[in-house]
Amino acid sequence: MIKLNKKTQFFLTIIFIAVIILLLFTAKENLNSYIVRIITLIGIYGIMSVSLNLINGVSGVLSLGHAGFIAVGAYISSLLTMSIYQKEAIFIIQKVIWPFNSIEMPFLFATIIGGIVAAIFAFLVGWPSLRLSGDYFAITTLGFAEIIRILALNLTSVTNGALGLKSIPSYTNIWWAWGWLLVTVIVIASYVNGTFGRALRAIREDKIAAASMGINVYKHQLITFVLGGFFAGISGSLYAHWLTTIDPRTNTIGIMLTFNILIMVLIGGLGSISGAIIGAGLFAILSEVLRFFEEPIKIFNFEIAGISGMRMLIFSALFVLIMILRPKGILGRKEITWNNVFSLFHRKGDK
Amino acid sequence: MKKILIVLLICVVSISSFATIKLAALMPMTGSVAAFGRMIYNGIELANELFPTVNGEEIEVVLLDNKSDKVEAVNTARRAIEVENVVAILGEVISGNTIAGGAVAEESKVPMVSPSSTTPLVTQDKEYVSRVCFSDPFQGLAAAILAYEIMGLDNTAIFIDVEQDYAVGFANYFKQKAEDLGKNYFYEYYKSGDQDFTAQISDAIAKNAGAFFIPGYYQEIALIASQARQLGFYEPILAGDGAAVPETIEIGGDAVNNLYFTTHYDPGAPNTTENAKLFVEKYTEKFGEAPGTFTALGFDTYMVVRDAIERAGSSDPEMIAKAIRETVEFPGATGFITIDENGDAIKSVAIVKIEDGEFVYSTTVNP
Amino acid sequence: MSFNNFIQNLLNGISIGSLYALIAVGYTMVYGILKLINFAHGDVFMMAVYFCFYAVTLFTVPWWLSVIIAVAGAALLGFLIDRVAYKPIRNAPRISALITAIGVSFFLESLAVVLFSGVAKSFRKVFPSFLGEMIIIGGEEQVKYGQNVIVGGTRIPVITIITIITTAAVLLILWRIVYHTKQGMAMRAVSMDIPTTSLMGVNVNNIIGMTFALGSALAGIGGILWAIRYPQLWPYMGFLPGIKAFIAAILGGIGSIFGAVVGGLILGVLEIMIVGFFPSLAGYKDAFAFLILIVVLSVKPSGLMGQKEIKKV
Repeated sequence: MIKLNKKTQFFLTIIFIAVIILLLFTAKENLNSYIVRIITLIGIYGIMSVSLNLINGVSGVLSLGHAGFIAVGAYISSLLTMSIYQKEAIFIIQKVIWPFNSIEMPFLFATIIGGIVAAIFAFLVGWPSLRLSGDYFAITTLGFAEIIRILALNLTSVTNGALGLKSIPSYTNIWWAWGWLLVTVIVIASYVNGTFGRALRAIREDKIAAASMGINVYKHQLITFVLGGFFAGISGSLYAHWLTTIDPRTNTIGIMLTFNILIMVLIGGLGSISGAIIGAGLFAILSEVLRFFEEPIKIFNFEIAGISGMRMLIFSALFVLIMILRPKGILGRKEITWNNVFSLFHRKGDK
Repeated sequence: MKKILIVLLICVVSISSFATIKLAALMPMTGSVAAFGRMIYNGIELANELFPTVNGEEIEVVLLDNKSDKVEAVNTARRAIEVENVVAILGEVISGNTIAGGAVAEESKVPMVSPSSTTPLVTQDKEYVSRVCFSDPFQGLAAAILAYEIMGLDNTAIFIDVEQDYAVGFANYFKQKAEDLGKNYFYEYYKSGDQDFTAQISDAIAKNAGAFFIPGYYQEIALIASQARQLGFYEPILAGDGAAVPETIEIGGDAVNNLYFTTHYDPGAPNTTENAKLFVEKYTEKFGEAPGTFTALGFDTYMVVRDAIERAGSSDPEMIAKAIRETVEFPGATGFITIDENGDAIKSVAIVKIEDGEFVYSTTVNP
Repeated sequence: MSFNNFIQNLLNGISIGSLYALIAVGYTMVYGILKLINFAHGDVFMMAVYFCFYAVTLFTVPWWLSVIIAVAGAALLGFLIDRVAYKPIRNAPRISALITAIGVSFFLESLAVVLFSGVAKSFRKVFPSFLGEMIIIGGEEQVKYGQNVIVGGTRIPVITIITIITTAAVLLILWRIVYHTKQGMAMRAVSMDIPTTSLMGVNVNNIIGMTFALGSALAGIGGILWAIRYPQLWPYMGFLPGIKAFIAAILGGIGSIFGAVVGGLILGVLEIMIVGFFPSLAGYKDAFAFLILIVVLSVKPSGLMGQKEIKKV
């Protein structure tokens, strides 16, 4: 095991970030916009999975309500960035209420406000439900997310109901998505590695022992939950401005989305930030690559018709298989750090 | 070794044999609205088999499934344009996803023609997104004319599926016309996926509903109809094109007899075009049953785009987009199609009744 | 709401509630033993209906035999799910097990899409038509649209009565099995303490497999009754009833079979009654199910019938 000093590590991180930026820049310039959009989506999924990982993997409670906070961030920020004219045009059943009918603001502020409102929702949800234990908490958060979705369906004068919002400006590009991902990772990593994070890990390992050491379990978990909610809101804003339209369907902002994020987190390894990002990447890429199995196959002039649905079948089978073979995900709780990377090379060198 | 080479060669030749014009079909082949996607794609496939070429070039249709999902609707639209290099997109099916994919098409300046998205928001402020079906304002108007003027009903219970943009919009335009006519109506609510509607139906019966109007999708229409008949509701039940699939009859059974619905087309309607006859004949030959509304719309989507490519005389997406909006009186399977400058098709609404488990053409409401 | 409507709604609620109860029992039994929310349970429910459907339409077996085939198929499927997916990860963190359950649920749904297509199929004509008849009490005869019909009165579907009776009978049998057989005793022992039970010479894995099979068989029966009542089947039909049944299980106090039944009945009746009394809130129906759950949990965190968990340090 090698231990690098802090300065070297910091230096290496800066270089690493610079390389990522360079890679993204090359990708943006040279690849077609389909691939660039997928890379952007990976950034957004990354924020979703890193923030869910903070709640589920680090603080050790199981939240199934992430999609609810994403929805809040998505709606609030979109209502703020859309032009007043557009809002008038699309609210065809009921007019949009004040203050959204007279506000239009830049993407950055709208995103931050979306995050803050999502954090407030996270507080309101976490405040009663974090008093419950384990699986009950999971199911109440699932319930709250569904309630948020059903409110979005029925509060027509705020959300436009089932018609959803459309013509949301497509602000989210590769820089916004990956820039916010960087911010998320830095904030969450320093949070996890600080005093707070140590307390959280103690809670995760043993709640009762941590409490007897004088750690306020409830307060720590609530703060973590709110922080996770904030970044979920941010990702919601990016998601909405990537899709350019959102509606309150199960597929768009409902439980399916939460499940998808959970899959990303778990594939990478619960409790690992780098794992969460890898999981997000694998998820986005596999969903597109596995499309191959649905295309008709041409051998000579016989055409074997593609079977729709094969992609999801293979995907879910693969997923169950990963869980059986590596129940803790690809990385487990390990992080990719400079120390680990160098140790890896060192060992190889020894051989 | 030689043999393998020859096999490989044949493979390569068979894959890349013609200079082709590529179209993409973005369809929900799986997921919640797969039924519509499959029917529409059957129509596109049939049209492709009957009219495989345009301007001397072969047309290839690439099918991309989007699982009825919005993120996928965006990704498939991107993929179609960037990776498959298509000149036009056929699809999406449900309005929400057409809006999502349509934004991509608009940005890339590639024409997109939806077979069946009826919400007005779909083509609003768009230059490249069009549709071959009528939109909800007109269908709502036609349904209200059917209910209040043709059938002389009053005090209609409107069952709204709060989860479906289609249902919410359609109901809204029905309501507007009802108000214009000075007729009564009231709302009952449900959500896609609900199975039990007995409480709402009992309430509607208690309020002396003169008719039910269900502007939703077939799964719920069939269940509401059968539960309503079980609970002793004998007045007429009306619906929209969401009922225009054989499953309505299969699931609804006897309960959907005498159900009236507004739709795009019926094989029994008078004044059919040459293409309509051809379509019905070839479809029946291929599948051994009469074609449905959505299959006909899929057929027309392909035909309208093919016609636009022919008139444009080029495979340049922008010129095709322009030609699509200049479609006048095109003889499609669902009747004569004219697409206005907003991208909406101006078409008449057919009214169909279910009698003894069969769709029977009733009348037509013209714009 | 008139008295007729009230009775109608109440009976409807009870019959939907008993269907929830049938599914909830499977959740609660598995949770009692493994502390695992078996998300795939709703999909077993869906698969059973497809088994029944294809047994009748494809292999033309008589309907009563198709019920036996479907229930046995569901039991086997539940057993296999445990063996293939859950057994290898018994010692992994609980959250991994939960996610695996979600994965299995996805897998079964996708499998159904590929095998049976994503298009809804009709379950009518699979069973004899008397099951769709109504029992009408009171009302008056009138002529409407050229037909003699009965207007008004209290109307109770035959299937409602059959559902309530079947559920009661099935639960009685279950109670016999759990409390009056050796296997049942072993199941209860496993749910209290797995290591100790295994030291007593009980094959824990077999008992767990049996629990899965039993729970899935109940879901299968529930599925068939459900499909007779709402005659359509499609690959995602298990999702919502599954979630509702799970809410019912927690409401009653998860781990308790009696609690699951009580929770199911409460949920079924409340859902119908809320819409019955406040029709304009019908769009919020599913939100109420969750709201009831959240309220009950914040007042009594272990559910209505659940025992308070005492954690030893």
